[in-house]
Amino acid sequence: MLDHVWLVPLFPAIGFILNGLFGRPLGKKAVSWIGPSAIGLAFFTSILIFFELLKRPPSERLFEKIIFDWVVSGSFHTVIGYQIDPLSILMALVVTGVSFFIHIYSVGYMHDDPGYIRYFAYLNLFVFMMLNLVLANNFLLMFVGWEGVGLCSYLLIGFWFEKDSASNAGKKAFVVNRVGDFGFLLGMFLLFTSLGKHGIWTLDFTEVFANANKLDPATVTAITILLFIGACGKSAQIPLYVWLPDAMEGPTPVSSLIHAATMVTAGVYMVARCNVLYSMAPLSMAIVATIGVATAIFTASIGFCQNDIKKVLAYSTISQLGYMFLGVGVGAYSAGIFHLMTHAFFKGLLFLGAGSVMHALSGELDMRKMGALRKKIPITFWTFFIATLAIAGIPGLSGFFSKDEILWQAFSSSHGHFLLWLVAAVAAGMTAFYMFRALFLTFFGESRVDPHVAHHIHESPRIMTIPLIILAVLSVIGGYVGVPHVLGGANHIHEFLAPVVGGGEAAKGHAAVSLMAQAWASGGESLGHSAALELLMMVISVIIALIGIGMAYLFYIKNPALPKLMAERWKGLYTLVANKYYVDEMYQVLFVNSIKKLGVGLWKGFDDFVIDGTVNGIAILIGWISGVMRRVQTGLVQNYAFSMVVGGLILIIYYIVRVLFY
Amino acid sequence: MTIPPVPPAFYLVLSGILFTIGVIGALTRRNAIVVFMCIELMLNSVNLSFITFSRFLQSIEGVLFAFFVIAVAAAEASVGLAIFVMLYRSRETINVDEVNLLKW
Repeated sequence: MLDHVWLVPLFPAIGFILNGLFGRPLGKKAVSWIGPSAIGLAFFTSILIFFELLKRPPSERLFEKIIFDWVVSGSFHTVIGYQIDPLSILMALVVTGVSFFIHIYSVGYMHDDPGYIRYFAYLNLFVFMMLNLVLANNFLLMFVGWEGVGLCSYLLIGFWFEKDSASNAGKKAFVVNRVGDFGFLLGMFLLFTSLGKHGIWTLDFTEVFANANKLDPATVTAITILLFIGACGKSAQIPLYVWLPDAMEGPTPVSSLIHAATMVTAGVYMVARCNVLYSMAPLSMAIVATIGVATAIFTASIGFCQNDIKKVLAYSTISQLGYMFLGVGVGAYSAGIFHLMTHAFFKGLLFLGAGSVMHALSGELDMRKMGALRKKIPITFWTFFIATLAIAGIPGLSGFFSKDEILWQAFSSSHGHFLLWLVAAVAAGMTAFYMFRALFLTFFGESRVDPHVAHHIHESPRIMTIPLIILAVLSVIGGYVGVPHVLGGANHIHEFLAPVVGGGEAAKGHAAVSLMAQAWASGGESLGHSAALELLMMVISVIIALIGIGMAYLFYIKNPALPKLMAERWKGLYTLVANKYYVDEMYQVLFVNSIKKLGVGLWKGFDDFVIDGTVNGIAILIGWISGVMRRVQTGLVQNYAFSMVVGGLILIIYYIVRVLFY
Repeated sequence: MTIPPVPPAFYLVLSGILFTIGVIGALTRRNAIVVFMCIELMLNSVNLSFITFSRFLQSIEGVLFAFFVIAVAAAEASVGLAIFVMLYRSRETINVDEVNLLKW
């Protein structure tokens, strides 16, 4: 089965070709079968491969399948090849699995959309590209997938391109991603040339990582930072996060699949994949962790004041991605990937739930016009509720295990720091707050729904609710693959990923005891036993989450007038946050306008003046010369004869002079 | 008494004078027929120098050229006169300075 790994991306590719080229003649019904079943088959194949891989001993869980030679040029050789190892198969499972459910959901959600066929073509193409990204065995193929998902993201954000806001959001996402991709490319080039200096011309993962120790630390730092810039673009981290909230212009299942569950996590995957390089560059890791935690708290705070339900989820996504980067940044790669997986479940579910709410309310997005939907759309409510509990980090649900793993690692790993933990823990509390705010505003309290919308509120059809239920189940149980040792679990996911992301000396926590002791000593306390400490941290983070939930309850259930009061009390702060810290406006002034000005300057100054001036000038000059010269053509025969005579005389004089003087 | 032979330079000078007269006439006269006659004059002055060289160099080529020139001149005369006839029919003039359509 491992040998047939190429089937996994092949199915979505076939789906794309069928839907994209023959969608119209095949008809809507055929498309709604082809789209999801292509992904379903890929999912099924991935599961088979996964179990095949599990049968092997952990040290032999690496399999490469070369499909064909791609670029052969001198000593450089790159193939189209897929690599199966615990990391890539886990990603493939998450991608195909979540995609499968979202495809099914889309059949219901997009049913009346005129672009139905186009939608499934794009979505299949996206899954194909994403699978290339996660299964690639070299940087170049990974980059193809990386760009491919960017393209699909652009196409799907701008899916309703008749709307200006949607097409602009698509362009924004594409341009901002380009900034990041530039970093990725440069990082790849630098890696390639600096390995080339040692005579190793390769971009193959296995070879690169095997020879990484030949690179000097400064180069590795530069490479990893450049690659991280790419990850910042794709995974919407500070300073390149601005495209993701706007990306919510796309259809909701797209937001769920691409802009929450899969594509935006590509950056985390990439960092985890390059863990060998990152582990060699402590500075880069510190940057990754710092950016991650800064993004987590910064965007969580923006989530406080958003009224658009999808925007809240978007900022929450960015914030959770920040957590993942914090995880990989402190060397807890498996924790980052673990959170990636659980996040794919509960955030995918949250978005699908939001889509279901929109479906019930005829496309309403504003939470101020919702409320009291709990009884009217119970399935949506319960699934949304479970996902909210999961993301808030309530014990027993998937989010708790993965988030806590990251928090613990942020504190205890050798790359961690007390401050990283503190900020991340506060951000966790904020997450709990704004997620419950969204939940309360949407499903509890009094109904603020427009009257003409209110009378046909209805639960979504079964084709939409079943994916919701499945994802809700996954959101609950997804965490049990990574129950930490301290809670008596086995942390299977950590062990499973260990062959790829390193033995995780830090992840066990024991090696870091001395460091923690130091941290605590400086805090005026001393705790000898790491397990007790880990438990304590767990309790603290749960308490923080509960505080967040309690605050949300106080603000939006108990005393709904309070938020308004607060907003008026700290008016300046509120406006600042509600306007997203004016980051968009700042970028507008700093980058967009200045580049526009540069463009206008070049257009008016260089293009119009220099280039057009040269071209037109030459034409004008020739015209002028011709105007003078054409006077010679008098039309009088005698003038022509005269010039002939003059010419003859000149020739004669020339010969005479030559004879006389030389 | 024997008349000494005319030196070749005389012929050539005469040829030059005739050519110059022809050129000046062709450039200055307005009547197309006169211009045409001047061109004939120039051709014939050239013929004269051809014959002169032919005679003094004891070579037949010069004579051959003269014949060619006479033949070409005859053809030219017929074409040229036909043009003048047509010109006069359409414009009622054969003054060359009034025929200047072919200009800028």
